[in-house]
Amino acid sequence: MILADVGVSNQTLAEGLFVFALAAFLGFVLISKVPATLHTPLMSGTNAIHGIVLVGALAVAAVAHDVVGDIIAVVAVFLGTMNVVGGFVVTDRMLEMFKKRPTPGGGKDGDPPR
Amino acid sequence: MNVTPLGTIGYMISSLAFIFGIRQLGSPATARNGNRVAAAGMLLALIVTELLLGAHNYAFIIPTMLVAAAIGAYASRAVRMTAMPQMVAMFNGMGAGAAMFIGVGDFRDLTAIGNLAPTESITILLSCLIGSLSFTGSAVAFAKLQELMTGRPIVYPAQKPLNGALFAAIVVVGIVLVAMGHGIGLLALYIVMALVLGVTFVLPVGGADMPVIISLLNSFTGTAAAMTGFVLGNNVLIVAGALVGASGAILTQLMSKAMNRSLANVLFGAFGQVQAGAGATEGGTVRSASVEDVAALLAFAQQVVIAPGYGLAVARGQHDVKELADQLEKRGVTVKYAIHPVAGRMPGHMNVLLAEANVPYPALREMDDINPEFSRTDVVLVIGANDVVNPAARNQPGSPIYGMPILNVDSAKTVVVLKRSMATGFAGIDNPLFYEPNTLMLFGDARDSLQKLVAEIKHEYPA
Repeated sequence: MILADVGVSNQTLAEGLFVFALAAFLGFVLISKVPATLHTPLMSGTNAIHGIVLVGALAVAAVAHDVVGDIIAVVAVFLGTMNVVGGFVVTDRMLEMFKKRPTPGGGKDGDPPR
Repeated sequence: MNVTPLGTIGYMISSLAFIFGIRQLGSPATARNGNRVAAAGMLLALIVTELLLGAHNYAFIIPTMLVAAAIGAYASRAVRMTAMPQMVAMFNGMGAGAAMFIGVGDFRDLTAIGNLAPTESITILLSCLIGSLSFTGSAVAFAKLQELMTGRPIVYPAQKPLNGALFAAIVVVGIVLVAMGHGIGLLALYIVMALVLGVTFVLPVGGADMPVIISLLNSFTGTAAAMTGFVLGNNVLIVAGALVGASGAILTQLMSKAMNRSLANVLFGAFGQVQAGAGATEGGTVRSASVEDVAALLAFAQQVVIAPGYGLAVARGQHDVKELADQLEKRGVTVKYAIHPVAGRMPGHMNVLLAEANVPYPALREMDDINPEFSRTDVVLVIGANDVVNPAARNQPGSPIYGMPILNVDSAKTVVVLKRSMATGFAGIDNPLFYEPNTLMLFGDARDSLQKLVAEIKHEYPA
């Protein structure tokens, strides 16, 4: 099987650019006002989101047609999965620290965030 | 891929989850939820993809994913809070590496049926270039932060021209590849050159600037992901990649701004080289204090401000800081924490660290908030911070950090600096604060000193 068989490009480059431009603009707008304390978790969170390359890695795996192709796909899938899982877990751990703010009543670990 | 209408809707929902998640990550109250929303979006995108692709080489892929997920989850759970920055660098490098391999896979696959159209080859080459660069760049950032190599900028003659020439060579090979539409050997050369550029591009950046570099590389990897989306004609890749690419670029800007530097200065300034003479302090004397002296000062203060830095994170003294603060508060001393936006090795590092020790959030004060208070403060405890309290930033125009906003701790009645030695901070410059007449140095490991202070106050000055 080859990429064309899974109907990879059913959209043109121009259509892709259209979507890219809108999403990039949204990215600029979303981040422009963020307190400095959140810069690190935000970096880490967006770091996890670009783990979406795993979708691409899976597509490459689906069309790999020889051993070399399989090896490339497996490495890509491995790296992509690490990015996704590690990225989200690290971010969650960082943000967990923000949650543990004892209220004057004396918060415990299990307390809901505010 | 051959996306069914239902699949398209699934991808749309996960794109919305990413957008909503990033939005929620921008506010402290909702950030954790935002991360989970984004993770749910990711899970949905992966399920949709597997359903669309149908049965393929699952025998390889599912075990690979399970093993990688287990390692990723374990590594990110086991790592200490101080090592978070390099974890982010590592995971970023992995995503970038994935984008690079995807580019290679696509290239091999498409050239198996004929020559590539320019629209295909350009996006494939961009995903290979950006992915490779970010892959090795992140590896160097990781090594610098993990102290596998020196955190100092590594410079050599003609560094910038060499990097420029390498980049030009990459562009030339890229153009040839686009014109030819095939040639796996040439692609290998192209990728090797990009991998080398990733290393040489990060080498001259000092350890203190690593957060900015990681943010920039994060933005790169996002862009590389979007490029793979172009190759595959997949909107969720394009949307998520573009979101990360753009937000990462803005974040990089914000971080450089917090250090009062331009991005170009961070990238090419080789900041933190040994500065011959700049900021040197001649003829100053340093006053060293004992634990007993400092304990007495603290016990009879009205207000104490704690200015933490990376040294506190390294010494893992956050719980001891909290205990010291508790002891002082029992005696009626007001304790506040002065948080410089770039204290530690990443913005927000100190907040995360102190929150771990259950320091109440209202006691953490941002720089602009706390600076006017120093003149009313009896004792400032500088714990493992150096560059962010360096008055040279205010009054020595020749200093490389001149103009950076700092914590004006020197306006307090007494400044006590907890420090292992007289070594310079991460920026590698001398600190005139240590020679001020109202500064006392308490040498030793921060955690050890803090524990001794707590014991001394408990014993000599019970509430």
